[in-house]
Amino acid sequence: MSILVGRDTRLVVQGITGREGEFHSRAMLEYGTDIVAGVTPGKGGQSALDGRVPVFDTMADAVRQAGANASCIFVPAPFAPDAILEAADAGVSLVICITEGIPALDMLRVYHAMKGKGVRLIGPNCPGATTPDQAKVGIIPGSIHRAGSVGLVSRSGTLTYEVVQAMSDAGIGQSTCVGIGGDPIVGTSFIEVLDLFNQDAETEAIVIIGEIGGEDEERAAAFVAREVRKPMAAFIAGRTAPPGRRMGHAGAIISGGAGTAESKRTALEAAGVRVADSPSHIPALLRAAGVP
Amino acid sequence: LKLQEYRSKQILASFGVPLQPGEVATSPEEARAAAERIGGPVVVKAQVLVGGRGKAGGVKLAATPDDAAQRASEIIGLDIKGVTVQTVLVAPAADIATEFYLGLILDRSAKALTIIASAEGGVEIEETARTNPDAILRLPLDPMLGLQRFNVRQVSFFLGIPERLRSVFAETLQGLYDAFIGSDADLAEINPLVVTAGGELLALDAKIVLDDSALYRHPNLEAMRDLNEEEPSEIAAREAGINFIKLDGTIGCMVNGAGLAMTTMDLVKLAGGEPANFLDIGGGAKADRVAAAFRIILDDLSVQAILVNIFGGITRGDEVARGIVEARGTLERDVPMVVRIVGTNAEEAAEILRQANLITAGSLDEAADKAVTAARTSG
Repeated sequence: MSILVGRDTRLVVQGITGREGEFHSRAMLEYGTDIVAGVTPGKGGQSALDGRVPVFDTMADAVRQAGANASCIFVPAPFAPDAILEAADAGVSLVICITEGIPALDMLRVYHAMKGKGVRLIGPNCPGATTPDQAKVGIIPGSIHRAGSVGLVSRSGTLTYEVVQAMSDAGIGQSTCVGIGGDPIVGTSFIEVLDLFNQDAETEAIVIIGEIGGEDEERAAAFVAREVRKPMAAFIAGRTAPPGRRMGHAGAIISGGAGTAESKRTALEAAGVRVADSPSHIPALLRAAGVP
Repeated sequence: LKLQEYRSKQILASFGVPLQPGEVATSPEEARAAAERIGGPVVVKAQVLVGGRGKAGGVKLAATPDDAAQRASEIIGLDIKGVTVQTVLVAPAADIATEFYLGLILDRSAKALTIIASAEGGVEIEETARTNPDAILRLPLDPMLGLQRFNVRQVSFFLGIPERLRSVFAETLQGLYDAFIGSDADLAEINPLVVTAGGELLALDAKIVLDDSALYRHPNLEAMRDLNEEEPSEIAAREAGINFIKLDGTIGCMVNGAGLAMTTMDLVKLAGGEPANFLDIGGGAKADRVAAAFRIILDDLSVQAILVNIFGGITRGDEVARGIVEARGTLERDVPMVVRIVGTNAEEAAEILRQANLITAGSLDEAADKAVTAARTSG
């Protein structure tokens, strides 16, 4: 059954008539994702993707009339926090926000407003989640995947693709791949995704792709040591990143000596996770950990 | 975006923090005039963003206006860690009795705005965290309620603020909080916050770091950016919409995606080379942006080779390859280029690159190795 997205996903795309939204919705649809609705305020009653997807004015309509249970957001940063809150209010159980560049104070407010509502937010500033051969929600290229039993969770975009491609080339398939996003405040942390993979019967091993900044990887390591018995491999980007500079992602910064790649690597290794020097080494580490 | 002390003080003052902002000067004459207007002894402070300006001779006391002009002439033009001082702040000198640290940060793990306070003011908070962690109060604020009066009392009692100064301390902390929210900051700190010998509470130095993602709604704050302290190449990159950070190595990197860009730098290092930069060209890798990225990388004369790593995915690899070849044709300086393109039509892409005499690579590890070798040969 993998995690987060799959055959049961009935997706609504917020911002489906925008350039990015339309482009990626088309790719999702071609992959086989069940897109049941789009939302663009003011364009309700129209359709998108050559008439294949009905467009609604509000998320409430998309849920009530099209039965959407998950949302993917391509709305520009100034309007994305409101779009996330609208999705949560409409009653979908999963919101994946691709949008980059949302102010941190906006996300702080959104994060706490969503707590206790029974809706999971992935992102923002993330590539989305894909369960190979079932559903792809977001912008991860569908062609790089191969169905299998290794779960992957990452803070990055193209780096994730790099690792997924390396795994698929080596014949190691994925249960689900999840990008949690590169911002300082994201809806779902490593620990929560690791917990889902840990409980998922179809996931037999887990790969975690981290980067400098914050202490999410260190916390994940503590969780792994306590809870996870499945084989794990990891890669941490940013060993050569200078302190005090934001490395592209708003959250990727070493500040006050904390958040270094070294600290994350040490924590993960202490928890029994095999940490790769290069993304291309991940398949070999998985094999060494017993993945067939 | 890090703001200079005088800018930070202007913002804090506008949100009600009690302080004496002083006046900026860019010449000894201006410093003299400022000192005359202020009256009494002043302190002349270099306005630079790098740390350690006091030790570098960038902060000096002056008893008279003539003295202030003299000090300013010593400080303006001074090189502090590679930055030439152009502006000084002339502010009233304070007779310090007690120093505190008072800051507000966005704590990612706690997912809360958090007050950081310490009775050991005047030193960097990271230093206190190492030497005397018990002297620091970390107080996360309820995200829905914000700063409450009981929070202020908690901090006030922790620091041992004397009773007659508690109301002005409350104004200070409230002002700091309002400035943080009002300017969409990442960090706002007063260090030191002092009690003077005369019994006044004053913010003597301040630092505000803004959230870059929120600058679109604060054009007035964007205008406070100090271009004097940014690498010209980084300014050019920002204008071209490219994420770029200059480093000290010889291998220029051009990558799509921040995580992959960091990884590419790491692998260059692993292969025995030194990356010259971090560069995330963003999605699509369009020809004009690729050309801009090449120019920015090659402006750094220590660059001996360029490694291009594009994970196309949905983008067509052959289009990216044509863009690279086209962009290369517009360059004034040329160095060996190793190009790796992954994605749809990767084989057509490789053929286009080979015909243009570019070095190609299948894996990232191979690309890093080839770039390091190429840099050694050409350098």
